[in-house]
Amino acid sequence: MSTITLDPKVPAGPLADKWTNFKTASKLVSPANKRRYELIVVGTGLAGGSAAAVFGEQGYNVKCFCYQDSPRRAHSIAAQGGINAAKNYQNDGDSVDRLFMDTIKGGDFRSREANVYRLAQVSGRIIDQCVAQGVPFAREYGGMLANRSFGGAQVSRTFYARGQTGQQLLLGVYSELSHQISAGTVKMHPRHEMLDLVLVDGHAKGIVTRNMVTGEIESHSADAVILATGGYGNAFYLSTNAMGCNVTATYRAYRRGALFANPCFTQIHPTCIPVSGEYQSKLTLMSESLRNDGRVWVPKRKEDCGKKPSDIPEEDRDYFLERKYPSYGNLAPRDISSRSAKEVCDEGRGVGPGGLGVYMDFADAIKRLGENTVRERYGNLFEMYENITGENAYRTPMRIYPAVHYTMGGLWVDYELQSNIPGLFVIGEANFSDHGANRLGASALMQGLADGYFVLPYTIGNYLAPLRGTRPETARPEFKQAEEEVRERIKRLLSIKGTRTVDSFHKEIGKLLWDECGMARSKEGLEKAIRRFDEIREEFWTTVRVLGDGDELNQSLEKAGRVADFIEFGQLMCEDALDRNESCGGHFRVEYQTPEGEALRNDEDYFYVSAWKHTGDGKRPELVKEPLHYEGVKLATRSYK
Amino acid sequence: MNFHLKIWRQEEGSGQGTFQDLEAKDIPSEASFLEMLDIVNDRLTEAGEEPVAFDHDCREGICGACSLTINGIPQGPGRGTACQLYMRKFNDGETIYIEPFRVGAFPVVKDLVVNRSAYDRIITAGGFISERCGNAQDANDTPVPKTVADYAMDAAACIGCGACAAACPNGSAMLFVAAKVGHLGLLPQGKPEANRRVRGMVAQMDKEGFGNCSNFYECEAVCPAGVPAAFIAKMNRDYALASARHAVEATA
Repeated sequence: MSTITLDPKVPAGPLADKWTNFKTASKLVSPANKRRYELIVVGTGLAGGSAAAVFGEQGYNVKCFCYQDSPRRAHSIAAQGGINAAKNYQNDGDSVDRLFMDTIKGGDFRSREANVYRLAQVSGRIIDQCVAQGVPFAREYGGMLANRSFGGAQVSRTFYARGQTGQQLLLGVYSELSHQISAGTVKMHPRHEMLDLVLVDGHAKGIVTRNMVTGEIESHSADAVILATGGYGNAFYLSTNAMGCNVTATYRAYRRGALFANPCFTQIHPTCIPVSGEYQSKLTLMSESLRNDGRVWVPKRKEDCGKKPSDIPEEDRDYFLERKYPSYGNLAPRDISSRSAKEVCDEGRGVGPGGLGVYMDFADAIKRLGENTVRERYGNLFEMYENITGENAYRTPMRIYPAVHYTMGGLWVDYELQSNIPGLFVIGEANFSDHGANRLGASALMQGLADGYFVLPYTIGNYLAPLRGTRPETARPEFKQAEEEVRERIKRLLSIKGTRTVDSFHKEIGKLLWDECGMARSKEGLEKAIRRFDEIREEFWTTVRVLGDGDELNQSLEKAGRVADFIEFGQLMCEDALDRNESCGGHFRVEYQTPEGEALRNDEDYFYVSAWKHTGDGKRPELVKEPLHYEGVKLATRSYK
Repeated sequence: MNFHLKIWRQEEGSGQGTFQDLEAKDIPSEASFLEMLDIVNDRLTEAGEEPVAFDHDCREGICGACSLTINGIPQGPGRGTACQLYMRKFNDGETIYIEPFRVGAFPVVKDLVVNRSAYDRIITAGGFISERCGNAQDANDTPVPKTVADYAMDAAACIGCGACAAACPNGSAMLFVAAKVGHLGLLPQGKPEANRRVRGMVAQMDKEGFGNCSNFYECEAVCPAGVPAAFIAKMNRDYALASARHAVEATA
């Protein structure tokens, strides 16, 4: 049994009162004392940028880091759809309770109830805050805010700014951050990558970074460290993430003792433009809204896959989602739609290059509504599709395929968003707590801003108040040793001078994870992958070729460090997937399904958070469980037939 | 497809660079421009030569990290960023010139990577609404006419890539600055600071060494976000009024 007991620190009282109770009882740092503290924030997406700005406003001294050349480029910027909030502006029966219920059910009952309730409670404030800072949300003619509907909800609670909601929210955060930079409370360090976490007497007290322009290895100390470094979807190589997204910050923290929770919970989005060749570097999402009018099909017979879609008659087509899920049809939820597409492709009935694609056909919609209406609804998406594929989707069906999109797992945090390492706080996609085994659309933006604007600024006081700004100096041996280890690792990467490029390794582990820890997982496959990861790690550290020097801008070196961490982390994902002998949300184990092929959850044995502890190189990680307790929600099975 | 590339190579800190001739052979026509560069870089690495450094991140046209000048056009031919450009748009056998953005205020860091921190400093000089996170009034308390919100959004769509300044014969950042001044100044929430904002941002823009606008509209032609040059006219008016007010009123 584990030596660690995890205390989620969920406050007492009824679900609806917990957050108020917590705030009333939490410690404060007085305005005069705040300036004695220094805080490190790594990452400038919605979570990190907002947290850094608020800490600056409150009077703390903040050092903020990002790997991009500007904080405005964090990958939150790419979110299209919108942000949920229980405002009930539409008078359609929305409420905090309903948003809470939808989110917890969407997560397939694997998130922490109290955290999700708080998320729903603060959601409305986020919209107020964003409007105050000038986010140009869509409006109705009367000047009021407009809403739209999203998956997993029966109300209209999604706020949006055209198809660029993430961009506008992030630019709002960036402007607030810029305000604090001008006020001198936040010192921004762009093009800096965090390469290690420094612990002093068991507390997180700093980080080691590499200046990506000069190659300089620097130590930074603080009273607390906040990681807002996003998700690890790029472990799969191909994903909708930005090229630079990586797991290094959270993985390095894991190696220093922070527990990594539910790493196998990854979200595969059903409607992306399929892979067209070996050279492909990223996958582009096509909005889920297309499924309102597009019919998804593949040929019934393998032999027809090479034919032009127009040469395949109606009776030879298999509209597999409509066939399997007659009541939801083409609007079946993300995990189910993704898995079904994979199944038909595995049967050899996929279309397009490599047979990894299914058709999304608008012919019926065009016949029913006319091309103009379809153009009005989806014109920009059809244009985007044509730009990328060179095909006109008004004439021939789109080809789509699922792609890795979001990672629900992350570093374990308690109700205060503090990891098991005192002084280490984790927010946004980088933590695990709010989305369980599956995230609903328009909830990622909500969580990032909730954590940074309205949760962490209140919860961090309990840790900071007793310290009175007594952070250690970077001259301490703990910092020097961490720096030395970072330098040593870089030297090693540059000295291998092998034969294989970094990308070739990244592609190899990406494919391995996609095959064995993607949309369908099996005991046998996961065990095989875990063994294979050992070999790949060995191969990497003996045959990788990284050119150039460490003391300059060196993109191959940056990538090499990240891929080295993805190799070790991929193995952890498989370990987690192997332990979880059930199917839930994005985690589908082929051994655990109903006779109809639906996910079979096991609440009796797996109603817990899997938190993994690093035990040393080459050793299996140790599982620490946080049992879940639900007070306000009854567990239920999801059915979409 | 095959291409003959002339790629700008510049060592870090050298201040000088040259075009390197590279052959890009057997490039799939469906590859994006950056994927073509990935292939070239992989081959360079295999041949023991240092790969070409270039900025890129989201590869879906929104982060604004792309900063390539392709055949003399910032962000390349067609609407959108370089990452949204596909090789089938080029002719087989074509010679393609690839350079960094050419603006004095964006010094080259290495190869195709430039330093655009000047844009961040311009935003820091006033491109925000001074409000404090906490108890903002309800989001629907102040109505914003749809036309105003939509117009503000046209400006807010700017991705901060710097193509506008790179395309301008004067190296002017006016479209970038005008986009932020326009976005915030149009909204009721941004009005209280409008005068201060436009004066602060323009002063910083001048300080960074960007040129002035003389109505070439090259910026609008290359802007991947389609920000209209009309915002520049609006900014000029806002700036003139703000400066006049500042001269006569201590409060402006």
